[in-house]
Amino acid sequence: MSVTSINSSTTGTGVALPVVEAEHLGLTFSTNDGDVVALSDVNLTIEKGDFVSFIGPSGCGKTTFLRTIADLEQPTSGTLRINGQTPENARKDRAYGYVFQAPALYPWRTIEKNIALPLEIMGHSAQQQAERIKRTMDLVNLTGFEKKYPWQLSGGMQQRASIARALAFDADLLLMDEPFGALDEIVRDHLNSELLKLWDRTKKTICFVTHSIPEAVYLSTKIVVMSPRPGRVTDVIESNLPRERPLDIRETPEFLAIAARVRDGLRAGHSYEEVM
Amino acid sequence: MNRVLPILTILVAILAFWYAAAIWMNAPWQNILNGRANLENVPFLEFAQQTWAQDKPVLPAPHQVFSEIWNATMGLEFTSRRSLALHAWITLSATLLGFVLGTGLGVVLAVAIVHNDAADRSLMPWIIASQTIPILAIAPMVVVGLGAIGLTGLVPKALISMYLSFFPVVVGMVKGLRSPEAIQLDLMRTYDANPWQVFWKLRWPAALPMLFASMKVGIAISLIGAVVAELSNAAGGGLGVRLLTGSYNGQTIQIWAALFIAAGLAAVLVAIVGAAERMVNARNGVRA
Amino acid sequence: MKSGLTLLQAVLAVVAGGTALFGLVGAAISADAELLLTLAFGFGALTLARFVWRPISFWLDGVAAALIALTLVWALPRGTVMPGHYWFGMVSAWAFAWLFVDQLSAAIRKGTVPRQAMGLLIPAVFGVSLLVMWEIVTRGANVPPVLLPAPSAIGAQLANSAPILWADFVQTFVKSVIPGYIIGCLAGLVVAIAVDRSPFLKAGLLPIGNFMSALPIIGIAPIMVMWFGFDWQSKAAVVVAMTFFPMLVNTVAGLNAASSIERDLMRTYAANYWQTLLKLRLPAAGPFIFNALKINSTLALIGAIVAEFFGTPVVGMGFRISTGVGRLAIDLVWAEIAVAAVAGSAFYGVIALIERGVTFWHPSVRGGRA
Repeated sequence: MSVTSINSSTTGTGVALPVVEAEHLGLTFSTNDGDVVALSDVNLTIEKGDFVSFIGPSGCGKTTFLRTIADLEQPTSGTLRINGQTPENARKDRAYGYVFQAPALYPWRTIEKNIALPLEIMGHSAQQQAERIKRTMDLVNLTGFEKKYPWQLSGGMQQRASIARALAFDADLLLMDEPFGALDEIVRDHLNSELLKLWDRTKKTICFVTHSIPEAVYLSTKIVVMSPRPGRVTDVIESNLPRERPLDIRETPEFLAIAARVRDGLRAGHSYEEVM
Repeated sequence: MNRVLPILTILVAILAFWYAAAIWMNAPWQNILNGRANLENVPFLEFAQQTWAQDKPVLPAPHQVFSEIWNATMGLEFTSRRSLALHAWITLSATLLGFVLGTGLGVVLAVAIVHNDAADRSLMPWIIASQTIPILAIAPMVVVGLGAIGLTGLVPKALISMYLSFFPVVVGMVKGLRSPEAIQLDLMRTYDANPWQVFWKLRWPAALPMLFASMKVGIAISLIGAVVAELSNAAGGGLGVRLLTGSYNGQTIQIWAALFIAAGLAAVLVAIVGAAERMVNARNGVRA
Repeated sequence: MKSGLTLLQAVLAVVAGGTALFGLVGAAISADAELLLTLAFGFGALTLARFVWRPISFWLDGVAAALIALTLVWALPRGTVMPGHYWFGMVSAWAFAWLFVDQLSAAIRKGTVPRQAMGLLIPAVFGVSLLVMWEIVTRGANVPPVLLPAPSAIGAQLANSAPILWADFVQTFVKSVIPGYIIGCLAGLVVAIAVDRSPFLKAGLLPIGNFMSALPIIGIAPIMVMWFGFDWQSKAAVVVAMTFFPMLVNTVAGLNAASSIERDLMRTYAANYWQTLLKLRLPAAGPFIFNALKINSTLALIGAIVAEFFGTPVVGMGFRISTGVGRLAIDLVWAEIAVAAVAGSAFYGVIALIERGVTFWHPSVRGGRA
């Protein structure tokens, strides 16, 4: 089963190229135990300014899809366009920032040097680097911790620094792979609301992988429900929640209705019985 | 096959390089020889073969070394003073005795260090410091000193091997015996296990992988200790003595043959420890 | 227990005090016992009071150990085998020292004495005890100097032969070890980086490198002496061969130490090979490279000294050791070994200090005690 989403209404222009456009995308890994179909016939369009969550049980291909967008995996069938380009060219264009499950900060660099890492690689001048470091550290509320080493910071602060690192070079697309999965719920709530504010302020397009239903509903304008074996999209849910979302929106009936639909979508994919 | 092919390629490359180097390094002397014999304009192939067949070459060709190894082991009576098999056995016996003593001493010291705070604090810094000291340098003195009180032959060499091999075992075992995590020790505490049970059911199995890793280092270094110790007692025999007499008489082929036997011995010993390691680890469910 | 001691400590306390008491009796019987030694015995015997009266401070045990050891050494120069009470004194001093160290480490664990200062005291006590025992046994039992000279004799030789020792040090350490070490380590590093780009070469060279690291490479010393002559060049060549493989194997392993997430990160930046190498893989390999540097610091000195056994100009640490043994000049040999030990530890220490500075971020460094 596959679902093609209708153009979302969050951006008014409509003429602009979609940020991500997947058509009949498939990816099969060959392993010693035979082939594993990680993605099968995925059709999806993500417009500029969308906040898209990918949700589903482990093995449903949500991380693989994100990695395929990032050109960290190569699709075996179908087409995938990022800003109208191939993923490889998009990567070489530095079209996106990627936030991994773990902060992956280099322990031998201070926080500001970690944020400077992509800027150094992309050849920004020292002055530009300083200015961008200051701006992005401000954006994630880490000002004052420039000279600290990652291992001197808490897990939540480390993940904020890794978001700052992904924002530093001003890519319009932010790919986030369960960035808050390892954090406790209190820190997670806090970072979620900060992420929403950041998205509102920067007008970036965000793809966000999670396995938490409340997190997906709270953050997204569009929720992509996936299910495993083979990894596929079973439902795409447009959220009509307002852009401005206080934490207690999670108790409103609108919120709960969307959450119920996501849960139904997950159940329809028989995902629970198939969890590895 | 995927793992063998690259190794074979490199080995073939080394052999080819070796033959080429033998031509190059032996050429000056061969030119002198040919000059004396009034041989001129020797074709290259023939010249190459000449350089690979010298009596005392600067660099013997591989086949010279291997035929020397064959002749000096299979071709001679074991009891012959020139039999490499005999010399290899002399070295091997000292290595093994020293290794067994060294491993035993190392394990005992490690157990003491782990169970006694004072032993840990007083011994450990010295054990680590002593690893930075070139201990092999005292080998000749130990041999001569023990010789002065009538201890000759196997024992002094074994003592040096022991001295060298116990360091890696102590350090590895202390690490291994301390490797159980706090929760695993807490679990034993909830069972009210006595120290003896904690040791045999937790610390010892946890330390076994480290023990074998250290033993691999220890056996290799034991062999080195035995070979170096032999340098100080030319009458006693052994691979070290073959190296020494070869170097005095310019018998390069003999040196290379002894060197290769020593290398082969080291490889076999390490492989045996490695095999024992895999066996024990498999039985203890350690992932390879 | 009334004395507030563990079982081990109680046994040690009985042995220490008891042997002091025996020593006191022995000294009283023998006509020519040293007065000071007798007094020290008396002090030691008094510590037995802890079992009947009240616990005493462990510092008193330390004082007893020091007193008895000092008077024993002071009473030494006689040239004959020492009488019985003397050996009681040695056992007593040893037991007091152990008792002291055991209680001190317990106190450190409880936090009643500062860890920083006292942590150093314990190994120092052990080292000094070893030296004192060595001195007492060699001179008190008249051990022939050929077998084992007394530390004081070695110390005197160190002072007397300073110019010889210095010349040997320059020949072996400065001329052979340092150049060989630098060339060998650099070559290993460069080859590892070159090999790393080709999985085929890596698959072929790594097992061979591992194999070579376990071989008695030192055996090539006679060959190197033939090829490069008697002087330092042949020793440096041996050092190069010995240090090359550990560096190669460790660097290759280190270059693979970066996690896959860290590598993916560099890929998302479209970083090229050299950027990834310089900014990620070499820093991540740092701990491995320093491990090889530390292993090699010891190997290099061993290689140079042993290579000198196969022929040298008439200078060098290995030369002095092998000829000194032949001439039974054992004092000089031990002095040379002391120099080698200090040089080796200092070499290692310098590398370890640099390591702390460079790989400060690694858990093994910032976590304090390994």
